[in-house]
Amino acid sequence: MSHEAVRVDPDMEYLTPGVVDLEQMFWTGLGATYTHCNQVWPNLYIGDKKTALEKPGLVEMGVTHIINAAEGTWNNVSTEMIHSLFLVNPSGDIFLEKHWKSVVSRSVCDYFLEAREKALDPEDVPPVISTPHHYLISIYRDKLFFLSVIQTEVPPLFVIEFLHRVAEMIQDYFGECSETVIKDNVVMVYELLEEMLDNGFPLATESNVLKEMIRPPTILRSVVNTLTGSSNVGDKLPTGQLSTIPWRRAGVKYTNNEAYFDVVEEIDAILDRTGTTVFAEIQGVVEACVKLSGMPDLTLSFMNPRLLDDVSFHPCVRYKRWESERVLSFIPPDGNFTLMTYHVNAQNLVAIPVYVKHSINFFESGSGGRLDLTVGPKQTMGKTVEGVLVTVHMPKTVLSVSLNATQGSYTYDNATKVLVWDIGKLNPQKLPNLRGSLSLQTGAPKPEENPSLNIDLKIQQLAISGLKVNRLDMFGEKYKPFKGVKYITKAGKFQVRM
Amino acid sequence: MSANSAFNEEKGGSSNVGEPEYGHDPASGGIFSSDYKRHDDLKEMLDSNKDSLKLEAMKRIVAMIARGKNASDLFPAVVKNVACKNIEVKKLVYVYLVRYAEEQQDLALLSISTFQRGLKDPNQLIRASALRVLSSIRVTIIVPIMMLAIKEAASDMSPYVRKTAAHAIPKLYSLDPDQKDCLIEVIEKLLADKTTLVAGSVVMAFEEVCPERIDLIHKNYRKLCNLLIDVEEWGQVVIINMLTRYARTQFLNPNMNESLLEEGGGEKAFYGSDGDDDEEEDKDEKDKKKAEAPSVVKRKPYVMDPDHRLLLRNTKPLLQSRNAAVVMAVAQLYFHLAPKAEVGVIAKALVRLMRSHSEVQYVVLQNVATMSIKRRGMFEPYLKSFYIRSTDPTQIKVLKLEVLTNLANETNISTILREFQTYIKSMDKDFVAATIQAIGRCATNIGEVRDTCLNGLVQLLSNRDELVVAESVVVIKKLLQMQPEQHSDIIKHMAKLTDNIQVPMARASILWLIGEYCEHVPKIAPDVLRKMAKTFTNEEDIVKLQIINLAAKLYLTNSKQTKLLTQYVLNLAKYDQNYDIRDRARFIRQLIVPTDKSGALSKYAKKLFLALKPAPVLESPFKDRDHFQLGSLSHLLNAKAGGYQELPDWPEAAPDPSVRNVEVKESVPEWTKCSSREKRKEKKVEKPFYSDSEGESGPTESADSDTASDSESGSEESGSGSESEESDQQSESGSEEDEEEEERKKKKEKIKDIFPLNISVCLADHAIFPLPVSTNQTITPSGNLKTYELLHRITGEGLSVEYCFSRQPFSPDPHMVAVQIQFTNSAASEAKNLHIEDAKLQSGMRMKEFPEIGHHRCTLPAGETVSVVMGIDFCDSTQAANFQLCTHTRKFFVSIQPPVGELMMPIFMTENEFKKEQGQLMGMNEITEKVTLGEKCHGEHAVIQRVTTAANLSRVPCGSDKECRFAGKTVTSGSLVLVSVVTKDNGAAQVTVNCEKMVIGTMLVKDILQTLTQ
Repeated sequence: MSHEAVRVDPDMEYLTPGVVDLEQMFWTGLGATYTHCNQVWPNLYIGDKKTALEKPGLVEMGVTHIINAAEGTWNNVSTEMIHSLFLVNPSGDIFLEKHWKSVVSRSVCDYFLEAREKALDPEDVPPVISTPHHYLISIYRDKLFFLSVIQTEVPPLFVIEFLHRVAEMIQDYFGECSETVIKDNVVMVYELLEEMLDNGFPLATESNVLKEMIRPPTILRSVVNTLTGSSNVGDKLPTGQLSTIPWRRAGVKYTNNEAYFDVVEEIDAILDRTGTTVFAEIQGVVEACVKLSGMPDLTLSFMNPRLLDDVSFHPCVRYKRWESERVLSFIPPDGNFTLMTYHVNAQNLVAIPVYVKHSINFFESGSGGRLDLTVGPKQTMGKTVEGVLVTVHMPKTVLSVSLNATQGSYTYDNATKVLVWDIGKLNPQKLPNLRGSLSLQTGAPKPEENPSLNIDLKIQQLAISGLKVNRLDMFGEKYKPFKGVKYITKAGKFQVRM
Repeated sequence: MSANSAFNEEKGGSSNVGEPEYGHDPASGGIFSSDYKRHDDLKEMLDSNKDSLKLEAMKRIVAMIARGKNASDLFPAVVKNVACKNIEVKKLVYVYLVRYAEEQQDLALLSISTFQRGLKDPNQLIRASALRVLSSIRVTIIVPIMMLAIKEAASDMSPYVRKTAAHAIPKLYSLDPDQKDCLIEVIEKLLADKTTLVAGSVVMAFEEVCPERIDLIHKNYRKLCNLLIDVEEWGQVVIINMLTRYARTQFLNPNMNESLLEEGGGEKAFYGSDGDDDEEEDKDEKDKKKAEAPSVVKRKPYVMDPDHRLLLRNTKPLLQSRNAAVVMAVAQLYFHLAPKAEVGVIAKALVRLMRSHSEVQYVVLQNVATMSIKRRGMFEPYLKSFYIRSTDPTQIKVLKLEVLTNLANETNISTILREFQTYIKSMDKDFVAATIQAIGRCATNIGEVRDTCLNGLVQLLSNRDELVVAESVVVIKKLLQMQPEQHSDIIKHMAKLTDNIQVPMARASILWLIGEYCEHVPKIAPDVLRKMAKTFTNEEDIVKLQIINLAAKLYLTNSKQTKLLTQYVLNLAKYDQNYDIRDRARFIRQLIVPTDKSGALSKYAKKLFLALKPAPVLESPFKDRDHFQLGSLSHLLNAKAGGYQELPDWPEAAPDPSVRNVEVKESVPEWTKCSSREKRKEKKVEKPFYSDSEGESGPTESADSDTASDSESGSEESGSGSESEESDQQSESGSEEDEEEEERKKKKEKIKDIFPLNISVCLADHAIFPLPVSTNQTITPSGNLKTYELLHRITGEGLSVEYCFSRQPFSPDPHMVAVQIQFTNSAASEAKNLHIEDAKLQSGMRMKEFPEIGHHRCTLPAGETVSVVMGIDFCDSTQAANFQLCTHTRKFFVSIQPPVGELMMPIFMTENEFKKEQGQLMGMNEITEKVTLGEKCHGEHAVIQRVTTAANLSRVPCGSDKECRFAGKTVTSGSLVLVSVVTKDNGAAQVTVNCEKMVIGTMLVKDILQTLTQ
């Protein structure tokens, strides 16, 4: 074998070639044959990359350490995009690992765990961490860290987006994305990961495609499988993989054909202490639940599409139709999906549905303070505001609160210093009020800063931007589907500065 | 059984021995033995015949792997199941194999043949998965096999298999870089592929293996641009990033004429107002331009290459993608390639991404920060989207702050400062410190607000929080350095702070300020020094150094008052614990205190210490980061990551654009046979794409109006170009059809040759299974085939059916045994629609029916005979295949049971190979029987004839005439079957059969014995 090391015995009369000899060899090519590995001294080898990559061979030779003396950009050993994936729970335990190439020791996660310790909040962990040999790209989602190991240049968003897809897929398959669910379905999760990535490059990430290859668990199927010994793994090539519409599987059949669309709008706003709007915008999303047989071709049109300023679509939407006619034309995936997200033109004034009257005072003496909050409806278009929830992040020195709410209930968490006031439905006749005293740490100075309020709310049957769906038409199939549209407005990142 | 229970069982088992769950390998014996035991029962389950047990075992093993536990000792038991019929077991075995093959190379080799067989499977999913696993096994010895498999798969007719081939390329490359040249050939071939499925994967392979071979892209450039919108999202990212680099090498800088435009006026007013550093940059750029101005003027006005325009136009709709990585890829493409006036379109999309997950926000903000330095105007309308919420994570806050600072100019600075004021009240102290730094930067960049900022910062000096004060001091120090004369009162104010502020950096800053500007505060400075001398020993090192500096400076300007104090301080420093401080003290003493020994230097001491120092430049950490390709990991880290491809500078003169022209007479790649319907569909998608060129041009082209007409016509050109390409494709497909037609005819003829039919057989699936006509009939002695009766003339009401095993390879599926069926119609009427129905097969058995006879054109007229071939996969067992044989009127239950000798096919072997293989099939796999030969059976020839009639084997050459050897393999599983017959003089003989499948071996021995004794 050409890999065998050439031995040099120090006791032999071996003369190291001099410069002239070496030059001679170099020019004539005589006297030296290329070997992948030379033993230049007992137990000391000089070898090339090929030798270095062959682990069993190294073990045989008794190699314990390798020093890389190669130069240049092309000497990186691995070429894949995503090398490994680790799932880490909030207490820092790694409960699942998957490698798409040779195994990376889980000790690589120590760099990440260190950064996590350092961060006050899990959200503060930097998404990209550089270690001596690897790069760690992680996301924090549903109280879990998805940590991927990278060795070479790759767009970070590529990895981040993929990790979110993994989380979404787990959510989609098992209804939630949590440690217990993943542990309970570890084999299926593993099979999914195997299908989603090949050699670190995404292979099948469409939910419709994956579900044809690996069927999601249902109680009935697991019983049937146990009895008959049949499997969850499909043996046919998913039809979507090959067609130009990879997001839809073929042969969909329903007895009741239905298509539901939810128009959900979120108000992002910052109000200053006087109640004037510093910044406000509306972000919307059209969520679809389409259960239609065959290959339906849908067209959804709006009454006032000009309202939409910036849009992004599911790949199924024909962009050209939107450009020219401002209608959404698409062959839908089967089941639940996000059809589009949009941003409402910034020129339009954003209606702010609630107002907050607030006052917070700390006494100069530094022993306590007073809080008084009132929430009332503002521009609600005649609808009721529900699910109102006010969250206040108090200064660190606030020890406890003693408040009185005219409606709803409040809780104060002393560890996180968060005051939550759950109001519920807003009654315009009798405005909810929360007032009382705050007690501070003794001896602490009067807090410099004022907290800010975050408000959560919900308004049914209203898209606050005024967006309205005009009609939904279906082509390509004969039957008459049942169609429905629902509107809902929520508070997004709605913040009031005090 | 669900994985759930598997997991829990695992857990339960391990909890007995004290949570070795995450322990690596505890050396204690107890755990070790229990591990061993547990694995033993897994081995048992894997060896069982029940698929459900195997599945259960594999699930538990995979669960172990998932938790990072070592399951490598199960390798032999697992690898046995690689050919398991149950697809889920098989998949899990694959998972295991890929994980451990590297560690158990020798054993892994045992599985290779399974995959090699899989590569030939008619099912594209099996071919693809075989290639996927084969290429994932990191065993160097199989490199040639992998290479061969990849080459073959690259011309597979299924695009899915070709995609898998593209994925396999980087795997092989990382295993053995010596294969590069061969792999490049495959990449070149796959780059020419016209399906969207392959495009992304092959570009990925290109980027991994040979990103420097930009020449491979030329011919495929336009195709890639046009396919882009239909490629899957991940492929889009890779293609866009690669095309960015490509464009940088092939096209001219669209902004090269900027300086000329600026002289025209419009542009300059817009960008010139941006502020100092931008102006500087512009100046730099202009200087560069001026240097090359003569050449620019002489050069004809810039005309955008139509291909450059094509790329910009075709990527733009992808800004609307839901995938953040795609949006970012397009954004960086526009940033690096588009004319200045068009870059603006990306801002809206990037701002939209800010609504996404916080990790996405983090990456996008990093890139926006870099972009906003170069192209501030683009993000100005979205200023408010960067406002900070108290709930943002700190790292997001700091990045938003960075962007806000970059966006600040004279018109918006007042709003930004008002925002900053609210930020200073935040509870997040790190963020407050960053805000103060940001205010400092705004103040240095925008002269008008310098005083306002300074006043604001001075107010912060009375803040209760020490950190805030300290940060303010540091920033104020930097600001004061710009115009110290006017601010002696601020310096005085700060001097007072030394009593209160404890943060070392702030103290050091104050001391430095007082020292540097001691002439502005002549009365206070000595007093500060006096106070500091008192506390010197308790100060931090940086403060001590500044005290020494202050002392030195005062000594030089005001030696009368401070001489003693300075001496005192220097003496304290002389005995300090820190050697830096001791050194500094000694050095300064020599420099400032004139002695007879001191040299010429002391004369210049004042000049040395009180030289006018340039004011510090407060600049963004993101400045000049755009030399890294935006959106890349290297950009994010601001350091080159391994494998990063440098973004090349624009060429001075454009390379020849004709390299991208695609020849009209293009050779037809083999795989364009993919259904023409698919192709039509593709075209449908592409069509509106071309027609788009007018819609897009509106706002952008007015900016460079003189070039607009050019690029317009250019794009039309490209449009027509691609149209011609399209028509070319059509003609291609046309000619293909012709070819196919011809092929089909040829095949029919061949089929007729084999089976003397007087009616033509319609092979519906001839296109899928090209029938290679077997020419190696010499293997088996034909002519003495035994025929069996399937349907008697009387039961069949005139239709009699016989069958024989033709011993030809069944080409549609090599794992099937070919059965030749002969129909004879001895009835008075004709028989129609002869076909098979309702096959009742044992599990695992498969059947490939013969095409229906007499359906379309012909019937089986009375008195005629016809024969057809069907394939049956008997799963290497002699169980009968039961089915119904149907005519247009009747159904007959029939069954075909194969003699064991028909379940194999001959293979060639040399004597040595035979001996070697035989050596490996000893023990249980060897069956030996003694026999006395029948009377007619003496002689070598007779023995050979008998044996080959009984079993479909071929003879292996042998040196001795006393011994005959035969070799074959079973049709389904490919297990070797070796037979040797040793004859003795007295008519006795010994028959030995070696076969892995013991049942087959036993039955075969019986059959051979029987035939030899007759």
